[in-house]
Amino acid sequence: MKQIQLFAIILLGAVLTSACQSTPEKGAGEGADGVGSGGQDGSQIEGRGAELGGGISTYSLEDPDSPLSKRVIYFDYDSASIKQEYRDIIEIHAQYLADHPDTQLVLEGHTDERGSREYNIALGERRANSVKKIMQLFGVTDAQLQTVSFGEERPVAPGHDETAWALNRRVELLYSEHR
Amino acid sequence: MKQILIAIFLVLGMSPAAQAVLTIEITQGLDGALPIAIMPFDVSGEVEVPEDVAGIVAADLKRSGRFAPLGRDKLPEQTETDFVFWRGMGIDHLVVGKVLPGKAEQYTVQFQLFDVVKGQQVAGYSMAASARHLRKLAHRISDIVFEKLTGTPGAFDTKIAYVTVRSQEKAREYALAIADADGHNEQLVLKSKQPLMSPSWSPDGSRLAYVSFENGKPEIFIQDIRKGSRTKLTAYPGLNNAPVWSPDGKRMAMTLSRDGNAEIYVYHLDSNKLYRITQHYAIDTEPTWAPDASALVFTSDRGGRPQLYRVALDELGNRKGRPRRITYEGSYNSRASFSADGRYLTFVHVRGGGFNIAVMDLQRGDIEVVADTRLGESPSFAPNSAMVIYASETGGRGVLEAVSVDGRARQRLGLQAGDVREPAWSPYLDK
Repeated sequence: MKQIQLFAIILLGAVLTSACQSTPEKGAGEGADGVGSGGQDGSQIEGRGAELGGGISTYSLEDPDSPLSKRVIYFDYDSASIKQEYRDIIEIHAQYLADHPDTQLVLEGHTDERGSREYNIALGERRANSVKKIMQLFGVTDAQLQTVSFGEERPVAPGHDETAWALNRRVELLYSEHR
Repeated sequence: MKQILIAIFLVLGMSPAAQAVLTIEITQGLDGALPIAIMPFDVSGEVEVPEDVAGIVAADLKRSGRFAPLGRDKLPEQTETDFVFWRGMGIDHLVVGKVLPGKAEQYTVQFQLFDVVKGQQVAGYSMAASARHLRKLAHRISDIVFEKLTGTPGAFDTKIAYVTVRSQEKAREYALAIADADGHNEQLVLKSKQPLMSPSWSPDGSRLAYVSFENGKPEIFIQDIRKGSRTKLTAYPGLNNAPVWSPDGKRMAMTLSRDGNAEIYVYHLDSNKLYRITQHYAIDTEPTWAPDASALVFTSDRGGRPQLYRVALDELGNRKGRPRRITYEGSYNSRASFSADGRYLTFVHVRGGGFNIAVMDLQRGDIEVVADTRLGESPSFAPNSAMVIYASETGGRGVLEAVSVDGRARQRLGLQAGDVREPAWSPYLDK
């Protein structure tokens, strides 16, 4: 029940996203509609891919202007909750993956340097799993998603202040080579 | 004597890394430290002795915070054993010694410890070592002096394991290394381009367990320090982290997420069987064994924020009863480690914003901040339960610091370049 509610919220988010999109020519609107018509279970979502997937797949992984080029999700301190502002990015990637079942994605979880290292490894995994769960709701399969956590071991920002910490609390979306 | 010989064999197989890179700086002294004079040891014959044995002993005792050795410049030129002279200098105890070079770079060292107030000898020993183990011999002398005068065994003749990281361009180079407890004699255990984490000593000091990301994900390895041989212990999907040897060396507590999320397991090394200890949707990690193996303490955020919990174990290693929370002060308590005597627990403790190092007295139940660090991590007790070593940060660099269990004496072990982190103090190595 809870899952259905969550799903509904995500649907709403997706519709709002498409409504707000200033450049609808790439088919983001269609994509969101597609999900909307996709219904409640995985099999229907797959069917939707066949009908409307063409619109979504015009996004290219290689296009730097594509929404798919955004591949980092940021988090609050000691939190694995997905912030509203990153839901769209996750959904667009999820839609792409659902339409490209041969494409695989690694979700790499990271934390800032504060606190103990092993706790942070577990926190990084939890962050990666938060992203994974949303993607699964869009029909992305287990076989497409891998999670790995590096905790605080691989910061992107070297500093020791909130500016650096905010950049380090992240999940990176890493596409592997197409099969 | 025998112990030193055994120890010599223990360290033979290790390849020395680059020069000793850890330097020590006393950052906080101790009022009321015992005044002691350590005379430079006389050398019989015209021979150059490769180590300043008395200097090493003086530095050891000073670092402990319990002693105030008289500076070299204040010592008389000739060895002085007139107790009246030393009393006049305000000295309570005196160490004198002699180095007798033998064949093939072998040295015999004799030393005596005197109580100059009572006017009597407290200890007198003769020990032998090769040139390259003279430092070890000196630490042995420090251990004897420390124990005779404080009643607590010394932990100078021990080692620390730690992780170093050097960044070059975009690449990072991680290394797992061990060094003497005074930072000298660094020896490389493993180098990797991928993160290395969480070294844990086997109770006999012969092996290290650790986490390596060399295959792109965390896996637990065990490495024989002397031989260098290593085996992969676990590589389940998800986390393979936080390995800690049981006190008898037959089991390994660890964190795995193979069943969904981070949970504590105990791996039986003889039967290769896994026993699951925790079952909760929250993060459960960083297990540590009570010295009598009757319980594990671990970090869990099941209450919303990371706190420490204790779960009892039966003799087979199964969980006995539900985990109980043991920390209520502070918004973040994690990465606990027991003292070998079972009396104390040290852990990361947030109070007032900083990630401090705290010690809980398990008899009294009170928590004391022993180091008010901004980013303190990975505390680990010396095997004599008198000092805690931990990772900290100064000037943007990772450093190791050691503090007495009462928080009064503090020292820093700095690396000349790069970061040093995750110290693990060895057990006694040859007892």
